[in-house]
Amino acid sequence: MLLDGSTALAADDLTVELGGLPVLRGISLSIRAGEAVALMGGNGSGKSTLVRTVLGLLPHQRGSVRLFGQPLRSFRDWARIGYVPQRSMALLGGSKVKEVVAAGRLARRRPFRPLSRDDREAIHDAIAQVGLSQQLNSDIAALSGGQQQRVLVARALAGKPELLVLDEPTSGVDLEHQRVLAEVLAELMSAGTAVLVVLHDVGSLGGLIDRAVVLSDGRVAHDGPLGDLGQHRRFGGHEHLDHGRTAIDDHGENADGWLGGAVEP
Amino acid sequence: MIEILSYPFMQRALIAALLTGLIAPAIGTYVVQRRLSLLGDGLGHVALAGVGLALLTGMAPIPIAVAACVAGAVVVEMLRQRGKATGDIGLAILFYGGLAAGVFLSGISGVGAGGLAQYLFGSLTTVTRDDLMLVGVLAIVILVITLGLAPQLYAVSTDEEFARTQGLRVRIYHIAVVSLAAVTVALAMRTVGLLLVSALMVVPVAAARNVVRGFTAALICAIAIGVITAVGGAVGSFYIDAAPGAFIVLLAIAVFVLSWPLSYLLRRRRAAAILPELVDDDDLIAPHTITENHPHQHAPGCGHPAVRHGDHADFIHEGHRHAAHADHYDEH
Repeated sequence: MLLDGSTALAADDLTVELGGLPVLRGISLSIRAGEAVALMGGNGSGKSTLVRTVLGLLPHQRGSVRLFGQPLRSFRDWARIGYVPQRSMALLGGSKVKEVVAAGRLARRRPFRPLSRDDREAIHDAIAQVGLSQQLNSDIAALSGGQQQRVLVARALAGKPELLVLDEPTSGVDLEHQRVLAEVLAELMSAGTAVLVVLHDVGSLGGLIDRAVVLSDGRVAHDGPLGDLGQHRRFGGHEHLDHGRTAIDDHGENADGWLGGAVEP
Repeated sequence: MIEILSYPFMQRALIAALLTGLIAPAIGTYVVQRRLSLLGDGLGHVALAGVGLALLTGMAPIPIAVAACVAGAVVVEMLRQRGKATGDIGLAILFYGGLAAGVFLSGISGVGAGGLAQYLFGSLTTVTRDDLMLVGVLAIVILVITLGLAPQLYAVSTDEEFARTQGLRVRIYHIAVVSLAAVTVALAMRTVGLLLVSALMVVPVAAARNVVRGFTAALICAIAIGVITAVGGAVGSFYIDAAPGAFIVLLAIAVFVLSWPLSYLLRRRRAAAILPELVDDDDLIAPHTITENHPHQHAPGCGHPAVRHGDHADFIHEGHRHAAHADHYDEH
């Protein structure tokens, strides 16, 4: 158990380029233990890129990331991290729900060892927590979109993480699923888990969020309480957000223009 | 069966076939999961370059083919990981480079391209004692890794990014999978042959997925199908004097074809078994109304509660329950 106030995630001056285009331009972000942070912003503002960079899934060109005080490069304690991706190949079928969720224990398991009793308990608990105990042995492809998303949440929970990172867990799923997700997150946070959740809109998770970080054009446009965000928007902040979206569109056009120029004589 | 076992060369051939049937689907499960079903084919061509080199230098073909195959697989995987080549371009280079080198080398060795035929389609009578030792040892290595590291290999093959956030060394696991696939291909050249070994890595896996549910169950079932078809094909080819590789692969494909109707029956039985039984059977004979327009297609797992009702399942929604009957729904 972490002492309150210690830092689960600290990104400093993070700069990421993808295909030669800057996507993140000097982002700094920190999350304390037990804190719930919503990462928001328009399409293309860099939310998913930021999340994947702090988890080491994308390389960064400048800046630093620390997980629980440890530089990302030398971080080995992956059992403390839970990741719920937006999509997963694991959902394509051919696996049982419990097999998908069992993958969430791998950071705690040694090679060539069978599942321990702790592992089995954690897997069953995680599945029960998202309300899918009846579907334990179902093929993952037979579940609805919302249920599949919950399986991915259970997979992350099975490792009993101290920092849970979710990439748009509420997009394209019904209210029932959003309600279950809100309950699960509330329970985790009361146990001291830090949460970083990418959201398109706050929706049913609003009550849980301590802080909202809004990205715009690869920079932090707002970092503060969710309530302030509303004011921010009301007093012209949302123009700023829209501006961010436009900037990305411009980039898209630039890219097209560049490609067009390269192809045409 | 007794007669066939009295020939030492057939004893060796059957053991080789058994081992091939064990390892090809075991590693094939992960290859299929990674959507690299044609990888084995490309590796078969590279093994041919190894055979050509062996013919030229007079060395034993299997060890050289194993080395050439593993080297080719690792190079292509590294190119793919570095983003230098997409999976299919890498495979294409394997295909053509390996085949060309094999034909070229066997040509200048004086044996000629015709000498490659026994490696392309399998030739059970040529399995030597040394071959068998090598196949045995490597088969154990492959089984220990594919079964012992099943949870890790499963995670890496199904969701690479998540596996990385579990601290798994994804690149090393990927290289291990393609290397083991390469070893399997080279080892199988005496039994199934290089052109058809890929089928034994893919077809039993596809058939197993039709009949059982879950990754682990499919892995075990695929190995069982692989063993049965490989040994069955080897025995059959002895009696009717056919190419063993062709016979084995045709058997595997026959199992795959049969797995379709079997999967349909199993799914129906499973659906019926898990549903709670409806107690009142009075309305079975009672006249029922018909709903013609019902855009939603009920199926097990569609989200609507289902109950077992005589010989079929009724689905419950909006206060009534009904079952699909031809082009309409019967209200029960």
